Amino acid sequence: MGPVSTEGSVALDGAWTRRWIEAVAAEVSRRKAELTALDRAIGDADHGENLDRGFQAVLGKLDALDDGATPAAVLRLVATTLISTVGGAAGPLYGTAFLKASMAAGDRDALDAAALVEVLTAARDGIVARGKAESGDKTMVDAWTPAVEAASAAGDDVRAALAAAAEAAAEGAIATEPLVAHKGRASYLGERAVGHRDPGAESTALILAAAAETP
Amino acid sequence: MKKLINDPGKTVDEGLAGFAAAHPDLVRLIVDPPFAVVRADAPLNGKVGIVSGGGSGHEPLHAGFVGPGMLDAAVPGAMFTSPTPDPILEATRQVSAGAGVLHIVKNYTGDVLNFETAAELALAEGIEVQSVIVDDDVAVKDSLYTAGRRGVAGTLLVEKLAGAAAERGDSLDRVAEIARTVNSRVRSMGMALAPCTVPHAGEPSFQLAEDEVEIGIGIHGEPGRERIALEPADRIVDRLIEPILEDLPFQQGDRVVLLVNGMGGTPQSELYIVFRRAAEVLADRGIVLARSLVGSYVTSLEMQGVSLTLLQVDDDLLELYDAPVQTAALRWGR
Repeated sequence: MGPVSTEGSVALDGAWTRRWIEAVAAEVSRRKAELTALDRAIGDADHGENLDRGFQAVLGKLDALDDGATPAAVLRLVATTLISTVGGAAGPLYGTAFLKASMAAGDRDALDAAALVEVLTAARDGIVARGKAESGDKTMVDAWTPAVEAASAAGDDVRAALAAAAEAAAEGAIATEPLVAHKGRASYLGERAVGHRDPGAESTALILAAAAETP
Repeated sequence: MKKLINDPGKTVDEGLAGFAAAHPDLVRLIVDPPFAVVRADAPLNGKVGIVSGGGSGHEPLHAGFVGPGMLDAAVPGAMFTSPTPDPILEATRQVSAGAGVLHIVKNYTGDVLNFETAAELALAEGIEVQSVIVDDDVAVKDSLYTAGRRGVAGTLLVEKLAGAAAERGDSLDRVAEIARTVNSRVRSMGMALAPCTVPHAGEPSFQLAEDEVEIGIGIHGEPGRERIALEPADRIVDRLIEPILEDLPFQQGDRVVLLVNGMGGTPQSELYIVFRRAAEVLADRGIVLARSLVGSYVTSLEMQGVSLTLLQVDDDLLELYDAPVQTAALRWGR
């Protein structure tokens, strides 16, 4: 990830949300083999393929949205499409995250820093409620929670909040490496999961990095 | 990777198309949303519908068990990936005949979450759904600190007995209770000699040296209890059956169904070598072999290996086991 400008804040409106999701889709496609390899080590070797299938389906549906679609409308489309196409654990978890994010965005035309924190918090809370994982269980929650905390500590510059969230998520993903998994398929491995990064935490870091880099 | 396929991205689609073409008397294939394999004559008035499903790659589980006396629908996901809620919901609608629908779900995070979502959606449409989670694998710890035990070959027996109960007209509550009873009395453990390759991944799911085996393997190639040097079949059977016997525990005088299940790439002759030793161990313990089933039913693509499953039965469960079944992969009693 290159340096992120925190200057010249743009509005996180519907068009930005759409550009962000397009960037996520491109990045998931580019890195799907890497995500699948992480999953092969401690899971069932399908995370990259599944997310790619989901975000490609999202791309196919984005065109049908009105130009004036709100961030919430874009996020809702992402949610329902991921739930319908991804499968595995990632489908319901990311689907719930985007659905709760959409509800938190409400009818706003654009998100300011405070709204962004609300949206990220809602996404994280949705994942926790669905998957019942806690911090330190070696799951995507270990990337989401630091991201939420960093964004809320970043003040009221929305780009700074995005950059902080992305950086914290990336660090959170790396920090899953020494952990023993307590949820998901990796939990069967016990100590054997130690030394491997959680694929869900890594894809969370990817999604938030794409947000920080989306102009 | 050397496989009898056309396109790694189409293995599930083309396999299901072939399955439906081969068994039009038993099933119809729903392709929108993809995929559900539904019993040809469903819905059957007043009968509890039974839906199972999960990632593909475990054939004949689950589609091979759709038909009279067993499942009303199977929902195959992508290879080793849980289906999404849409086809589960569609399958649930198609087999709903006013008596409710039972979901039989193997205990994997993805399967549980997707079936849970589908059950909520079905409920919103007025279809009563109960869910039974199968978690028969003794190889992994069941504790607060894991996702719980995995559902493996015992799923076949849950589906068979619950299917028989539904076929004779039992209520949803009763069918669900029977499914839970079977799950509480069935235990399994498997091992692998060689891994499988998921077509779109293109490389083996794990590595085993020429002289190594994995004891306690899951049906997606997930590691189990330990990796050891290859031993004679009888020693390996002992390593599998001891934890099973201790777990329930199975005791002298118990009557059991013994399922020796091939993982996809194991010759039938080796399954019978395994069966021979397992039956010997049971006889030594004074455990009565009531019924036997030997074959590759809950597989992991072309994985070379075997699993043992024991179900403790009484007269009621045995009657359900013996009841007629007419599916692509399991047929008797008619």
